[in-house]
Amino acid sequence: MTALKAKHQRLVLVVLALIALVGAGLLAAYALRNQASYFYLPEQMLENPPEVGQAVRLGGMVELGSLQTAADGVTLTFAVTGKDDARVPVRFSGIAPDLFVEGSGVVAEGRLGPDGTFVADNLLAKHDENYVPRELQEMDEHQAAKMAEETTVGLE
Amino acid sequence: MHGFANPKRFLSLARWLTPLLLVSGLLVSAVALWWGLSQVPPDRLMGETVRILFLHVPAAWLGMGGWTAIAFSSLVFLVWRHPLAGLAARAAALPGLVFTVICLVTGSIWGRPTWGTWWVWDGRLTSMLVLAFLYLAYIALAQAAEREGVSARVPAIFGLLGAINIPIINRSVVWWNSLHQPPSITMGKSAIADEFLVPLLVAVLGFSLLFGGVVLARMRALLADIQAEARLRRKAMEAA
Repeated sequence: MTALKAKHQRLVLVVLALIALVGAGLLAAYALRNQASYFYLPEQMLENPPEVGQAVRLGGMVELGSLQTAADGVTLTFAVTGKDDARVPVRFSGIAPDLFVEGSGVVAEGRLGPDGTFVADNLLAKHDENYVPRELQEMDEHQAAKMAEETTVGLE
Repeated sequence: MHGFANPKRFLSLARWLTPLLLVSGLLVSAVALWWGLSQVPPDRLMGETVRILFLHVPAAWLGMGGWTAIAFSSLVFLVWRHPLAGLAARAAALPGLVFTVICLVTGSIWGRPTWGTWWVWDGRLTSMLVLAFLYLAYIALAQAAEREGVSARVPAIFGLLGAINIPIINRSVVWWNSLHQPPSITMGKSAIADEFLVPLLVAVLGFSLLFGGVVLARMRALLADIQAEARLRRKAMEAA
């Protein structure tokens, strides 16, 4: 009987310790919510802009129809969009990754200029969670819109 | 469960289960990799690099599954003091580390063409790297417990503590803006087309069978070590 009691005592102790530990870990992770984010979303950058010239990252979707190549051939200008029509114009000079296209996700490393344009030194293409073979690429518009909606779910 | 805690019963079960898991795991993994590496169509955006999926995702899941096994076994070891549970935790550490490293390396190779970078310090990648370091620390602690006479409870407590990283890895892409994409497969929903999903699930099954086989084989080896040592000690006693 005493062995049983010791066993139960240990179980209760370990379970209590685990609850405390998981609680502490989750609270810490939750508190890191903003600090541990890898990039600003456009709406965050508009609402709470970083200091001009401070090195930050901006992540969102490349707005359809916004991508333009300047006359020098290497400077790209485009807009990154987020929720609620939030929109930040971006300027970048250099070689963009292969997956960088209009309508796809992008993370731009750089700084916010005084005129509100984000000047990027580096572009990273953000892949979404959808894996679709090329044969299925010719989806009708309804499907495409649905997929775009699903894709932006993670970008809250 | 208490029945399997008996080493004799465990050994008679593991004797035929180990080769069964290893052989079926090798076969299923080989089929899944052949399927994934040569038969599926290229992805609409990633092209051929999508094939890394069939190694990267099972490796990531088993890297996390390995630590979950360590944590569960450590709990059983701490509460019920079953020595076999301690052995199971020690046996799961090395394959777990190997799968975690495979996940990190294949992810890096995939990231270069897809994202344009080998590595970023976002939530998912960093927490997965932390998992690899946790495995290294666990293995070092378990060896210290075996060779230096440190209490076997020390690695078990560490195994439980480290488990906090598992939900953090899982939720990292949801809590924080990360370069890594959000989960493709969630409860009852998948954003992966069936052409990719089916071979992926086959690969997960194959690697899991392999993982189980390796854990059982390592547990048998650890038990054999303990028995050999006990026999040597008995002989030395008789001789003295």
